[in-house]
Amino acid sequence: MTRITYIEHDGTRHEVDVEDGTNLMAAAVDNGIPGIDGDCGGNCACATCHLYVADAWRSVIGEAGSETERDMLGFADGVTPASRLGCQVTVTPVMDGLVVTLPLGQH
Amino acid sequence: MNVARAVSDPYSLPLDAIDMSDPDLFQHDLVLPYFERLRAEAPVHFTPGSDYGPFWSVTRYHDIMAVDTNHKVFSSDHARGGHILGYEMFFIEEEAFQLPMFIAMDQPRHDVTRKAVSPAVGAENLRKMESEIRANCVDILDHLPVGEAFNWVDAFSVELTTRTLATLFDFPFEDRRMLTRWSDISVSVPGSGIVESWESRRAELEDMGEYFSRLWRERTGKPGGYDLVSMLASAPETRDMSRAEFMGNVLLLIVGGNDTTRNTLTGSVLALNQHPDEYEKLRRDRGLIASFVPEAIRWQTPLAHMKRTALEDVELGGQRIQAGDKVVMWYLSGNRDERVIERPNDFIVDRERPRNHLSFGFGIHRCVGNRLAELQLRVAWEEILERFRMVEVVGDPVRVRSNIIMGYSELPVRLVPWNA
Repeated sequence: MTRITYIEHDGTRHEVDVEDGTNLMAAAVDNGIPGIDGDCGGNCACATCHLYVADAWRSVIGEAGSETERDMLGFADGVTPASRLGCQVTVTPVMDGLVVTLPLGQH
Repeated sequence: MNVARAVSDPYSLPLDAIDMSDPDLFQHDLVLPYFERLRAEAPVHFTPGSDYGPFWSVTRYHDIMAVDTNHKVFSSDHARGGHILGYEMFFIEEEAFQLPMFIAMDQPRHDVTRKAVSPAVGAENLRKMESEIRANCVDILDHLPVGEAFNWVDAFSVELTTRTLATLFDFPFEDRRMLTRWSDISVSVPGSGIVESWESRRAELEDMGEYFSRLWRERTGKPGGYDLVSMLASAPETRDMSRAEFMGNVLLLIVGGNDTTRNTLTGSVLALNQHPDEYEKLRRDRGLIASFVPEAIRWQTPLAHMKRTALEDVELGGQRIQAGDKVVMWYLSGNRDERVIERPNDFIVDRERPRNHLSFGFGIHRCVGNRLAELQLRVAWEEILERFRMVEVVGDPVRVRSNIIMGYSELPVRLVPWNA
């Protein structure tokens, strides 16, 4: 299990322990965390699991990798260099302690 | 027109005689059993001849997702036939009158225009618009007759979405019904009862172009406006676009913001009346509006399909699709796919994961205004439930004759207040 902290747009924190091998979208949806929609179910096709990786973690997580993720992120609201799509980040033990924040506009 | 097509029992026809483009099937509400049969027996189905030529029907959720997310193989480009059945009829046969719009473009041009438009319906802008939408909603509801029958479509659904469009474009309020008219004619062909001839349709669309060009000129060089016209007129990527392209994109946003939300506002009333236990759940717990809204969008599926053109040979669901073939993704069918969605024909206001539906499409062409649609539905139902125990359907709905717009021209209702 790997500990992930999700911070909603209004500052509400959610610390959850998630299975390795899952992704940051599915882990949030499974734990009922508001602010991550995951409308397409993890197909990198809707950009409703947009999140921001905390600065200290950006080198670990890396930037948007695939062309599809970059395309879809391009249509999301409020994109910054820290933006990723949660469904495209697979959780591994090196991410223990990871902090991500969620944008305005997701439910 | 083959008389046998609009029969009510899909199993009375051989598979290869099924033509899902027949608008009569939709108008008479016969279409869902047809899709159920295709999903089971021929999920990627070929229709050799139709009023729109030959085309493939893709009917299962995951196959639709596969096409929608593969924009490099499945093109939306207007020069290849665009994104809906019959697009050619509107824009290619009338060669001198083409209105390019980003929904009917491939990358990279699609991305540039879409990115210029999207902030207008982004989270920040929607926050600014919410109070205005709510004020309009309250004003409309408070002027509706109580206890007597009236047409919900025109009195509420059309009025609210038209006012929202006027807000979005900062369009003169007193002229707002022109937006509805332009939307209606742009998706109509002569003989539909809405437009008389190609010439009159074109003349009215030219009027639209003239009207919006005037707004464009007035707002050029005045940065800071958060309406769509100001945004397009000031963004470096779009301020030099041609008049035809400006018209095309304005039209896209009018149609996209008009029929879809309008018909879901009507469909949600119908769905709740057909599922009284669900209506009761929603009455008792307004917190369920959050899941009721996406469920209504799934159940209604306001746009039945989107079309693509294959750019290369590709296999889909065991079928060989060839370069140049037309491929129709039936969102209406995918949203009722029993392989993916539990009890798909039931309307369930507290459905688990109600947001996993196809109504907005997926991939780069996913609906740009989906948040605005959800916002209007949420605010509308918050205000309706505040005032009325029931919006009671008191007569049969009249459906639109279309294979794309899942719409209604009439839904007779009666408002029942809480204290009645």
